[in-house]
Amino acid sequence: MTGRAKTVGQVIAVAAVVGLLVLLGWKLAFGNGGGASAELAGGGNPVAPDFTLPRIDAEGGDLTFASLKGKAVVVNFWASWCIPCKDEAPELQATYEKYRDQGLVVLGVDAKDFKQDGKRFIKRFGLTYPNVNDGKGSTLGKWGVRGFPETFFVDRDGRIVGEVIEGGIDLERNRERYAEGIRIALGDAK
Amino acid sequence: MSRLLIAVAAALVLATSAVAAGPPVQADLEAEIVCPTCKTTLDQSNAPIAVRMKAYIRARIVAGDSAAEIKSQLVDQFGSGVLAEPPKRGFDLLAWLLPLGAVVVGAVVVGALAVTWSKRRNSTADGSGDDLDPGLEQRLDEELDRFEA
Repeated sequence: MTGRAKTVGQVIAVAAVVGLLVLLGWKLAFGNGGGASAELAGGGNPVAPDFTLPRIDAEGGDLTFASLKGKAVVVNFWASWCIPCKDEAPELQATYEKYRDQGLVVLGVDAKDFKQDGKRFIKRFGLTYPNVNDGKGSTLGKWGVRGFPETFFVDRDGRIVGEVIEGGIDLERNRERYAEGIRIALGDAK
Repeated sequence: MSRLLIAVAAALVLATSAVAAGPPVQADLEAEIVCPTCKTTLDQSNAPIAVRMKAYIRARIVAGDSAAEIKSQLVDQFGSGVLAEPPKRGFDLLAWLLPLGAVVVGAVVVGALAVTWSKRRNSTADGSGDDLDPGLEQRLDEELDRFEA
């Protein structure tokens, strides 16, 4: 191989390595790396990632998460095809009715789902709390959602608090952590 | 005769158009759409949302939608990530161009190497290349003289 061909080969190899390093750096700097739930699990109190999504409840229009600041929020990620989501839906409705007067909102995020299916689900279970559709799943990475259902608690300052509940809130193993999450979000933690 | 040929050509064009505009095939669409939760094509998945999407495709075919319309509806709902093949426009175009670019660069590198090797072989064959080091040449001459003596 001549010196020139060797140099060209070396330049291509170095360019490929540099390109891969740039991609790695970009991923480390801007990738969500587990999202807010990973930050919470690491002991932090992450700010709840904002989003604006179309409502699929009776209200209609769009809902911006930041507009709920000042209220405690139970954020529930669900899908109409998810069986545990059906089991827990009545309990979420009960939570909304019980704590609404204390300034708590339950917000459902119907993700990776057909809008129409989500609307039917809401009607079937008589849900009156706000629900939005995120068919593309654009919020899942930022929040660090790994499956459905998953429930987060956000305090009045817009920070995620308590523990993330993976699986139905109606499950025995989740009941106490769910009640604690609501208490912390409302600012009633002892 | 020419009229007959024109009529046959027209019939062929019409037949081709009719086939192209025929109803979409469920199996083809299932192979071209990706399940948003398991990231495999629908025909490879039995995830609940994949089953639901198959039912949706079936219903839209019955309703008379074209393949492009059905894909467009699914992209509107789930994003362009549901397409097994990325669209040939915008940022997604890179997915098509980068492999082609890699092939072209590879071909250029292989070509350059082939030319280099070919030149070296020719120069060796006609004796113009690979001149011996003068010291080594002198030593070789001495050795040959001693051998012949």
